[in-house]
Amino acid sequence: MSVPLLSIRDLTVRVGPSQNAPVIIEDVSLDLQPGETLGLVGESGSGKSTLGMSILRLAAPPLDKGTSGSIIYKGRDVRKLSNRNLHTLRGGEISMILQDPMASLNPVFSIGAQLKEALRRVPSHRDLDGAAANALAEVKIPSPRSRLKSYPHQMSGGMRQRIVSAIALAQTPELLICDEPTTSLDVTIQYQFLELLAELQKAHHMAMLFITHDFGVVAKTCDRVAIMYAGQIVETGPVREIFHNPRHWYTRALLASVPRTDEKPARLPQITGAPPSVTRRPSGCRFHPRCEAASALCSTEPKFEIVAEGHALRCFHPAGGGA
Amino acid sequence: MPAKLILIRLVEAFFALLLMSLVVFLLSRITGDPVALLLGDNATEADKVAMIRELGLDQSLAAQYWHFLANALQGDFGRSVAAGREPALDLVLSRLPASLSLAAVALASTMLVGIVLGVLAAVTHGTAADVGIRLIALIGQSVPSFWLGIVLIYLVAVQWGLLPTSGYGGPAHYVLPAATLGLFTLAAITRLVRASMLDALGSEYVKLARIKGISEAAVIWRHALSNSLIPVVTFMGTFFATMITGAVVVETVFAWPGIGRLAYESILSRDFPVIQAVVLVITALFILANLLVDFLYLAIDPRMREKG
Amino acid sequence: MRDLAFRVAVALLVVFVVVALIGPYFMEHDPLRGSLRARLDPPAWLPGGTWDYPLGTDRLGRDILSRIVSGARISLAVCALVIAIAGTVGTVVGTFSGYMGGMTDRVIMRVVDLALSFPVILLALLLGAISGPSFANIVIVISLVLWSQYARMARGETLRVKNEDYVDLARTSGLGHARIISRHILPNIAPSLIVVATLQVGVVIVLEASLSFLGVGVPPPNPSWGSMVSEGRSYVVTAWWVAMFPGLAILFVVMAVNIVGDHLTDRLNPALRGRGGA
Repeated sequence: MSVPLLSIRDLTVRVGPSQNAPVIIEDVSLDLQPGETLGLVGESGSGKSTLGMSILRLAAPPLDKGTSGSIIYKGRDVRKLSNRNLHTLRGGEISMILQDPMASLNPVFSIGAQLKEALRRVPSHRDLDGAAANALAEVKIPSPRSRLKSYPHQMSGGMRQRIVSAIALAQTPELLICDEPTTSLDVTIQYQFLELLAELQKAHHMAMLFITHDFGVVAKTCDRVAIMYAGQIVETGPVREIFHNPRHWYTRALLASVPRTDEKPARLPQITGAPPSVTRRPSGCRFHPRCEAASALCSTEPKFEIVAEGHALRCFHPAGGGA
Repeated sequence: MPAKLILIRLVEAFFALLLMSLVVFLLSRITGDPVALLLGDNATEADKVAMIRELGLDQSLAAQYWHFLANALQGDFGRSVAAGREPALDLVLSRLPASLSLAAVALASTMLVGIVLGVLAAVTHGTAADVGIRLIALIGQSVPSFWLGIVLIYLVAVQWGLLPTSGYGGPAHYVLPAATLGLFTLAAITRLVRASMLDALGSEYVKLARIKGISEAAVIWRHALSNSLIPVVTFMGTFFATMITGAVVVETVFAWPGIGRLAYESILSRDFPVIQAVVLVITALFILANLLVDFLYLAIDPRMREKG
Repeated sequence: MRDLAFRVAVALLVVFVVVALIGPYFMEHDPLRGSLRARLDPPAWLPGGTWDYPLGTDRLGRDILSRIVSGARISLAVCALVIAIAGTVGTVVGTFSGYMGGMTDRVIMRVVDLALSFPVILLALLLGAISGPSFANIVIVISLVLWSQYARMARGETLRVKNEDYVDLARTSGLGHARIISRHILPNIAPSLIVVATLQVGVVIVLEASLSFLGVGVPPPNPSWGSMVSEGRSYVVTAWWVAMFPGLAILFVVMAVNIVGDHLTDRLNPALRGRGGA
């Protein structure tokens, strides 16, 4: 395989530098190839959003202080970058779209001002107004030039999310992290927005890290997927493989709870119990108290093992087997 | 539209002023005996009758109020009872520049320092610097200004001889009165800015600004602060009110020749024409300040421009 | 850290109240009568001072410590009465206004706004000058100035609570207005009003002291902290202690009140955080 664009190794994030501080992310390792889309799936509280913010070193200060491991982007460790290089990395190399488009835009500045703030950082842009209008046109905002003077409160949620994307892409990053970008949008708008993202990805040749709790979105957008539970990656593999042959019991449970349009609506199966809070994570396999296949062995730490080409998981009693 | 909003505000301002004139008029009529005050003890009965005629005190209250109002609208509040018998409004207006310049200096420096301290406290949230700034704010909100003024005069002016003790004059004369007048508001602004900066710094738009890669200074001073200033602007009217009210005490302590001290002196000597003029002028200032705040609000918050 | 400050503040307020209530009985000196041989004596730790007068004496040779202790009682009495009067009037007006709604509400709230926007000290000075300095007057004056803040809060909270299910339920079960207000609305708006009252204790103390300082508050020779500072003002160069100690007493008590008020605000009503007092 080629050199990965982003390579995370043994990333652990605690709330503060102390070894006893609660752990939010534990021993996460993953690779992302140029142009590839990796889905990161998990329930809320699994640490997936913190992972996104940590890549840009934008997690809250106590979390940043409690981080160990490495985040290698194009051969350089993000965690060892100087302040100055870090600021060039943000927006220029790696960018991010946040969950809530209603709150992501500054209410007191016009759309144009917020967009130009990002565009100004690219030296080749001479005509800022023109570049801003082009950026809005690219995300399909009608009459972009006149929209530059508008304020966020004058726009709908779907439009705001497209503007947020325009801002995120203004400095042509090579990696875009999307943190549940469609969660707060209407269903029809969600679909449109995903289409738009796919187009933008193709046009900009970007890699994407797509954080979501929605397997439907993963199926539509991602090449590979990693499933997070209680701060750990429990299973990772190509999307088709994971969908057709999920081996981890948590993945299976998650998949089973996805409503499917091609089947009769039956009662959705549910995972019993709730995900553990950060301070009360069980030892061994984090999922074993809720797992139907758990044994005594499961209260010891399982290894992350490769079971097939590109398919790895953390489980003593993997489900299934062949396809 | 703003035009309608402004019209409503103007009508409200008019009624507020009218109501205040009525209150002031009634208060000055139900108390004391202006004739006795004006004429002194050895006046004859005939003098008194003549004076009552002259002042219109033999007419009905309603007629007297109407008369008072008509005169007031022409700037005539009568003459001061004190020596010199200056026209009351002239006296008030001649003292106005001293008060306004002091309030302006105090408000401007207070805003500047308060905003900076509030931002620093929010940025250093939880550290010793934050605790220190909050302690300053707590003291500022708790210290009685008349005592602070005396302590400052004693320490800075008398013991160390750094600044003049009191009186009106060059820039050095402004330092202690402005500090005394501004400390309470400084504390309020610091707390307000700190709280709203903490909210702003945790917001999604600040995250997006950081994701863009712009400098931390721009994130703090442009993105977060511009939002945090909105509540400060909302309270500007209150701050100005605090300054004017505080002026009575501070101008008295520092022998500052402004309308605050004039109000104090005229009330103690029951100089009702001056009291009426000074109270109405201060009320008008209040109303004007609140109107200005409304306009400022429209300028700073785009969301307000469309509301009716 | 915050908890420590809160505990110290509460302890200080307890000391203040206890001193105000029983302190005067333990004082050796009469706060109103001085000894002419001991005029402007410095505090005990300065040369010339004696432990007979721990904080020194004023220009009439009165013991400053005794006067501060006695002044605490005046401050406490003014606070208690003002908060009782202003709190009751403001709560009644505000609750009524919010409960009635419509035109009644609008008219009442305009009056409240006007009262809120009037220069507080001017009104107090004016009323004080007209009626002459007396204890009763200062209580009435400060109550007149402060009732509107309770009215504001009570009205806002009543509007919030008025349409809750339990109030609707009470209404449909045929309870009278007075009972709905007293049984269902007042208990629910009480916490916010208590916060206003706490934050106002500091305002009342400073206002009383300011008015006494200006000569329209508690009449001499009664030892109000404000008038003590005022008397000490003329001697600040030669006998700084006369003005210093009563001022420090005000500062500490008001600081303690503000710490407790902030703490309660944070706990009961996070939306109010960071607002200044009057």
